[in-house]
Amino acid sequence: MATQENKNVAAEGGFVYLPLIAGWLVPGAGHFLLRKWGRGALLAASILGMFAMGLAMHGKLYTNAHDILDILGLAGDLGNGLLFVVSRIFGLGADQVQVTTGDYGTRFIVVAGLLNVIAAVDAHNLRTGRKS
Amino acid sequence: MTHFAAVVFFALFASVVFGITQRETPRRMLRYGIYCFILFVASAIALSWLMYLVAR
Repeated sequence: MATQENKNVAAEGGFVYLPLIAGWLVPGAGHFLLRKWGRGALLAASILGMFAMGLAMHGKLYTNAHDILDILGLAGDLGNGLLFVVSRIFGLGADQVQVTTGDYGTRFIVVAGLLNVIAAVDAHNLRTGRKS
Repeated sequence: MTHFAAVVFFALFASVVFGITQRETPRRMLRYGIYCFILFVASAIALSWLMYLVAR
């Protein structure tokens, strides 16, 4: 059930999808916009931590979509928003998995993107008052 | 990093996000996060033993 505070937030003017988009682009930003500092910080730390550990384990960033698995991997990676874009610009992440931990790292990066999408949708639900 | 450490970190990060996004009050978030963490780690250990026994 939505609280009065969240109903008030939902009743505020402005672009209703802003927390969703901000949360997708920068992990935790959607919650920060809604002044949910603690939740935003925990979400940001978890998603950034998982993404950073994926890179540290020489995980691969998907760049093409030649087959169905690549398409799914790319969709997951894109969930990281600007993290994915910045990592691509600076050439982070392996092009091919060459070490044993690279497979784990690749999954960490994909799952970080999926978790970020969940967090962004949660920020949207808070903004619309569907969740307190 | 060992495989088990990777499992623990994965479970920790995923559980934090699940707890915050799937429950509404802080107390229920914490309980659900701990529940998810235990399920992640326990299922990884159980499946690891299962694969070990099947591969023998």
